[in-house]
Order: sequence, then C-alpha cells, then structure tokens
Amino acid sequence: MDLCDYAAYHLVGMIRRKQVSAVEVVESALQRIADIDGTSGHLDGSNAEEPGKIHSFITITPEYARQQAQKVDRAIAAGENPGLLAGVPFTVKDIYCVKDTLSTAGSRILANFVSPYTATPVARIEAQGGVLLGKVNLDEFTFGSSNESSAFKPTPRNPWNTEHVPGGSSGGSASAVAAGEGCFSIGTDTAGSIRQPAAFCGVVGVKPTYGRVSRYGLIAFGSSLDCPGPLSRNVYDAALVLQIMSGRDPNDSTAANLPVPDYLSELEKPIRGLRIGLSPDYFKITYFDAQSGDIHQEDVPEVMKQAVYKAAGRLAEMGADIVEDVPMPHTHYGIPAYFVISRVEAASNLHRFDGVKYGYRTNQVVRDLHELYRKSRAEGFGPQPKLRILMGMYVSAAQYSEQYYLRALRIRTLIRQDFEAIFDPFGKYRLHALLTPTTPTTAFRMGDIYGDSVLMQYADQLTVPANHAGIPGISFPAGFDPQGLPIGVQLLGNDFSESILLRIAYTYEMVTEGDEWRKRIPPILAY
Amino acid sequence: MTETITPEIFEHLVNLAALELSPQESEYLRQQLNNQLKAINELVAIPITPDIPPALHGISYSAEIRPPIREDKWMPSIYADSILDQAPQMEDRFIIVPDIPHEDLE
Repeated sequence: MDLCDYAAYHLVGMIRRKQVSAVEVVESALQRIADIDGTSGHLDGSNAEEPGKIHSFITITPEYARQQAQKVDRAIAAGENPGLLAGVPFTVKDIYCVKDTLSTAGSRILANFVSPYTATPVARIEAQGGVLLGKVNLDEFTFGSSNESSAFKPTPRNPWNTEHVPGGSSGGSASAVAAGEGCFSIGTDTAGSIRQPAAFCGVVGVKPTYGRVSRYGLIAFGSSLDCPGPLSRNVYDAALVLQIMSGRDPNDSTAANLPVPDYLSELEKPIRGLRIGLSPDYFKITYFDAQSGDIHQEDVPEVMKQAVYKAAGRLAEMGADIVEDVPMPHTHYGIPAYFVISRVEAASNLHRFDGVKYGYRTNQVVRDLHELYRKSRAEGFGPQPKLRILMGMYVSAAQYSEQYYLRALRIRTLIRQDFEAIFDPFGKYRLHALLTPTTPTTAFRMGDIYGDSVLMQYADQLTVPANHAGIPGISFPAGFDPQGLPIGVQLLGNDFSESILLRIAYTYEMVTEGDEWRKRIPPILAY
Repeated sequence: MTETITPEIFEHLVNLAALELSPQESEYLRQQLNNQLKAINELVAIPITPDIPPALHGISYSAEIRPPIREDKWMPSIYADSILDQAPQMEDRFIIVPDIPHEDLE
C-alpha cells in the first residue's frame, strides 16, 4: 500500500502531525499515475492505444500539484492552519473551469479553452489545502454513460478489468479514485453520472440535492438537473469533501440558501429505527429494441437484486426497519422524460459555442458569419452533442412542445410525487431512504453499447429519477459479480437529507469492513 | 418502421442547430433521433390531468431556501483580458468575424 492509497482523512492527520509531508504524498500519487495511467486522452487519439492502462486524465498538472503541496508543508511548518484537506491529492472532471488549466468538457470545440477563473466547488477544496493532480476525462459535455464519447482518446478504462468501461460520464473520476490516482474526485451527476461510474468502479459517489452545491464554473449541460458531487474510496471522505463543497454562493442563484449540516458528526450516530424501503419498481429494467422499436421490461439480474437484499439484511442487523413493496410507479418514465428535458436544456446551453468568442474556429475559408457558425460547430462537436442539439430543437419546436416538452415536465412532477409520498413523515411509508441497485448491470465491455444512443441512455434508468426529483442519492460498493466486477447499491432520500444517507452508507461500510470482498484491490494495482 | 423525423424535417433541424453534416453522419444521426423518439413516445400514453403542473425543477424553491437577489452594483471585471484572449481572432481588442449577412425584413 502506497501513500496515495490511504484515505483522505488518514492522510490529513499524518500530514498535520508531520509523519509525512504533503510533497511526499503528491509524489506518491504522481508516481501511481506514471505507473498505470498511460497516455492521457488527446485529440485524434485511439482506444487501441495501451489497452492495459486506465487513461483517466486529459491534463495532468504535476508542477502545479507540487507547488500546492509545498504551500501546505510551509503552512504546517509555520504553525498555520493548513485546512481540512491539507495535502490531499484530488482530481477534477474536466467539465469544471479551473483557472489557467485547459477546461475542455471532453470536446474538440473547447480543446484550446484555458479557463480565466475557478469553479466554486473546486476553489473551496483548494482553499482547504486540497492538491489538484489534474483534469480527468469524461463523456463529451458529459453526454454518455461509458466515457467512450470523449473527443480525447484513449478514453478511461475500468481498473477492475480494463476491457470494460468505467461508466460515465464521470468515468475518469471513478477510474482515478478506484486506482489511487488521488483520494477523491469531483464529478457531476445529471442522470447518474457520479453514481453510475462510482458503482462500476467500486467507489462511493454522492449526488447531492439540487442546489446543495454551487454550479458556478461548471460547463452547463442540463441546468435544472446538473449536480456537482464527490467520488471517493470511502464514505467518510465523501462526507468530508461534500461538507467543504456545499453551501450558498452569491455567484449561483440556484445554490440553496441553507446552512450546511456537520455531516461528519452525524456519521457515527446509530441507524436504529431508520426506515429503509425496497421497491419492486427498482428491480425491473426497461430497454429499447431498435429492431422492433418495442420497449421491453424484465427483472434486473439476480446478482444485482441479491446485493440489495444482502445490504438490507446487514442494515436490519444494525436496527434499521426494512420496508418492502414500496410502490414507485413512475420510475420507468424517467428515461423518456429525460430524453426530452435534458435535450432541450442541452441545446439551449450549447448555442454559446460558435467559433467567435472562444473555443474552436474552423480553418476553412467561409463566406459569412452563418457559415462560420455551421462549420465551426460541425467540426468542433462530436456525434453526442449534435444529437442532443437536434433532439432539443425538435421536441421544443412550437408545434411539438405541448406534446413533448410540457408533457415531460408534467411527468417530472409525477416522478417527484412518487418520492414525496414515500418520504412523507405522516404518510403510509414514512421512509428515511430507499435502497436500490445503482445500475441495471455491472460495467459493460468497451464497444458493446457505444453507438446505440438509446440503449446507452437506459444505463441511467435507476439513477435518473433522483435528478428529475432533485433529491440526493449515494452509491456505495456492495460486493462483486462472478466476473469480479464491482456492484454498487444506491440510497435515495428526501431533499437535503444527505446526512442520513451518508450515515446509513457509513454504517454499512463499518459492518462489512471484515468481509472478504472488502479486501480486494483492482488487478491493475497488482503491477 | 415509420420515421417521424423525415429527411426534410431533419434538414430543417440541422439548419436551426447551425450545423453542417455529411450524408453518412446525417443518416446515422437521423436514425438515432427516430429511435430516441420511439422511446419518448412512451410518454404519450401516460394519462395527464390538468391538475398536474409542469416541474421546471425537482425541488421547489421556497422563500426559505431561495438566496436573496444580489444588490445591483457595478463592478469591474477582473477577467476582461483573459476572456478576450480566448477569442480565435482579435485586433485592437475587437473580435474579428467574417461578413454578417443581412436580410431585409418585409
């Protein structure tokens, strides 16, 4: 075990007590990156490059990281407070603006964009002594569930089996955290983009309540759905980082004006009496058959279902009340509604990329401004942004918006009402959390789904309802499938109930600490 | 299977989206859009009564959690030069673009 494999909270203690220096820790993380990451994603790269490496990064910032670590060491030597994350190495999904770094969104259209300022969540982490290792890969503009749509290739691979995807869109974040390339990463979740890759890579991922964390400095996708949040190797670190990221921000009028609870002090409270629900509607998967054009529904694989039941059993041993047969009847409308709402928001947000103010501009000779727009956008955007813009245009067109966009927004209300009913403290179920599989399957093989934009979207079907409803969710590891790929389970809770979700996940982590599966490490680390 | 988004509708969308696509790219994207639309059409069958309001956000922004509106105060941008430096073509702090087409409105 190297220094970079320690938990963030452990490293902070060691650095503050001067048992190790922040520089030694950052050198350990940089060495890990050098050993296992391989070529960083680059334009015109290929997924055939170094298939045994994990390729989490687009940009590595070693000199900046060393300077930040030296600053922490100097603060400690001077007896100053080095911050709650003193010397902890971390990575940032390349959808966040970080001053003076390339901030690409995984797209050719922003490949040369150097951000003039730093996003609020990242600035807050840096202010507490976090040491930025670099910017990690993602699906282009976060549009995907496998990370394969990035314009920067090779795209990340799953550290548990490099022939499989790490999930997406925060795929680089999840692969980096799982492999010790930093203690945690900051991702974003619009339909499951933190929780799904966290589940695929065997790490913890938190999608906070919409508005809990500021979106200032985040390159926007679906403005009513996007949630910044942490990915980490344990629940304590997730709580620590979320605590620091959260809170009101004068630069984001959707950041909630609510105090941030002390998540850490809540973690060790007992879960006795907490009511945790299981819903049959989260044990079904829906998928689209492009041949027949039909929608099919079937049960999730038994191994996923059993992971949830086993986790429920362990939580029951700790005193939680498990409530079965909780109806969530509108769950399977989450994806079709998302196809509409997210596309309208994406199309609106992507209009700003025009080849004029910043980003990519065509090198072709053009007649006029319109041609400049068309050629710059045609050459700069990959297929996913193009698809989303076109669909957004279609479903919000005056003659169709009543049929599609307004209808989808009303269905969003129905999805929200499902959650309001089960979390109502005076209702029939009075739940504190719903426990579900995070994903319908474990990580799929690279190339298996990419190219089928409908099937790829259905990978998010168990995570997207929380984004429609705005509620918080956390995915945490709960075992492995027979192929040795991680299984994640998910807790969903009422608005701003992150402290309860973190407490339940932390309790599960504690009671399973001695289990055999907890001792496994990703094969890529057995070098 | 019937196609809702015909080549003609697709061309119109491409124009609105300010894109330019090769024939192969057009055919792939149009097929994907039609597949997505089939998935979306599942929504059409859901009974929606007038009492179900549209939700622009999942959580409601009640007065208690809504941040106060910022004071309307002039502040100089500290980023002006680094923002302008991003422009692909600049001259004397002006962003250069090709001719802007004009249409006479009737």
